[in-house]
Order: sequence, then structure tokens, then C-alpha cells
Amino acid sequence: MFAQLIMAAEPVVHEAASASVDWSVVWSFIRNVLTVMSLAGGLFFVLAGAVGVIRLPDFYTRLHAAGMTDTLGAELILFGLILQADGWQVIAKLLLVAFFLFVTSPTATHAVAYAAYKAGEKPLLGRWRAPALEDEA
Amino acid sequence: MFRFAIILTLALAATWWVLSGFTKPLLLTLGGISIAIVLLMSARMRILDRETAPYLTLPQTLAYFGWLFVEIIKANVAVVKAVMSPDLEISPTMTKIPISGKSDLAKTMFANSITLTPGTVAVEMAEDYILVHALLSEMSDPADFEEMSDRSAWAVGEDESNG
Repeated sequence: MFAQLIMAAEPVVHEAASASVDWSVVWSFIRNVLTVMSLAGGLFFVLAGAVGVIRLPDFYTRLHAAGMTDTLGAELILFGLILQADGWQVIAKLLLVAFFLFVTSPTATHAVAYAAYKAGEKPLLGRWRAPALEDEA
Repeated sequence: MFRFAIILTLALAATWWVLSGFTKPLLLTLGGISIAIVLLMSARMRILDRETAPYLTLPQTLAYFGWLFVEIIKANVAVVKAVMSPDLEISPTMTKIPISGKSDLAKTMFANSITLTPGTVAVEMAEDYILVHALLSEMSDPADFEEMSDRSAWAVGEDESNG
């Protein structure tokens, strides 16, 4: 990736002399940077979702943490993949995956939440904070 | 109903074309046969209506998804902050949010948007309200849901006046 940057930047240095910048190299560099950023962001939200599922106290609050993985985590990763895709068809398919995720994941979450509610799972309500470390020891 | 048959045909053909991308006569014929069978089945089931083919309002729906995505990003950041904070201070609440949308499509859109936004989950649907579980009490203010309700009704092409 950095080799690309150097390759892309070098013509800029001599621009006055040669006045030719290979824009396809510049574009692919920008694309790679954006891909790495969105994949890293997606991974961060997936990780945050996993941490939330472990840390939160009850069933319903854990659903919210799982929701982060479904939305921004998955969508950012898909966006990173779209940037790397070649051909309109791959892009269209990835967009379809993103769309189906948008429609199906809340439906699944609602189904699970509704089932738990109907089965009598009582939600934890009111203010709650993590117990201090010495309490658990 | 005839209008929705045409819309459904176009949508199915577009889906087939995007997913396969082949131009071989055999595969195109198979695609045509599949579309015909789907059309016949949905006509027989009498479900050829706006809910089966809600593509007339696609531009609005896409615009709504754009707005919703910004909301999702904001909510994600709020939930990450709450989850990652050392003392994990949360205030789960259950709130009844009134539904203003009339059609099933508008209700589904609204409930799905609530669930899609991290920090709020639609737990139960009733005739005129949705029971919403929120991770933080400040996320469960019914006034905050009004904009989402109006926008989701607009996204499925529901008129404010006649419902």
C-alpha cells in the first residue's frame, strides 16, 4: 500500500517537469485507504458488540449490543468490500446483501425479543451500573 | 392489480439479471418461466398488491434509508460509549410508542427502523402502539420517535391525510 503511495506521489513531485499524474494509481490508493478504514471501523463495532454481549446484565440489554454488530459492523465491512469489488455485478450483489441485512436483522431481533417477552422473561429496568471489582472478589 | 403484476415482473427480472448476468437463451428462458410461475402463484394467492411489490416508492425508501443510516451511526456511537464505559451505567426502560402509520407496511417499516437502531428494540406490536425496550432512558422519549414515524410512513408512500 505504501509502495503505491510513493508511486502515486512521485509524479506529483516532478509535476512541473512532466505534468503527468497517473490518476488510476491515485484512485486505487485512495480506495485502499478507505477500504482499510471501513474494515477497521466495522471490526471495531463487531468487537464492541461482542464486548457488550458479555458485559451487559440481562437478555434485553444484550440484544442492543448484538444490534451494533448487525448494523454498523456488518455494513462497514460490506462497504469496504464494495470498494474492492470489480464489476457492477459484484457491487450490485454486495448492495443486495447489505439491503437484506437491513431488512432481516431487525426482524430476527424482534422475533427473539417478542418470544422472550411472551415467555415471561422480565426485563431489568431502572438505573444499573457494573458492580465494583472488589464486590466480585 | 394488473399494475402490480407488471411491477413485480420488472422487479423479478431485474433481480434475476443482477444475480445471474448470463445472456444465454436457455438461462433467460428459465428465468422467464420462473417469473411466470411466481406471478401465477401470487395471483392465485391474491397477494398481488402494494405489499408484494412496494417498488413504486423506491426513491422515497432509498432516501429514507439514507436518513436512517445517519441515525444508526449516531445510535451506534451512543451504545458503544455506554458499553465501553468502565462503570457501564445504563438505564433500561420499556416505553409504549404510539403508531401513526395506518398500513401494515408503514407499521413494519417503523418497527423495523426502531429495532435497526441500536439501543432500541421493538418488543411487542399492538394495534396502536409498539412496546419498545431502550438501553438508555434518554433514548425512549416518545417525541424522538415522531420524526422516525413520519419519515417511515412517507417512505412507503403513505399519505398523511387519508392514511
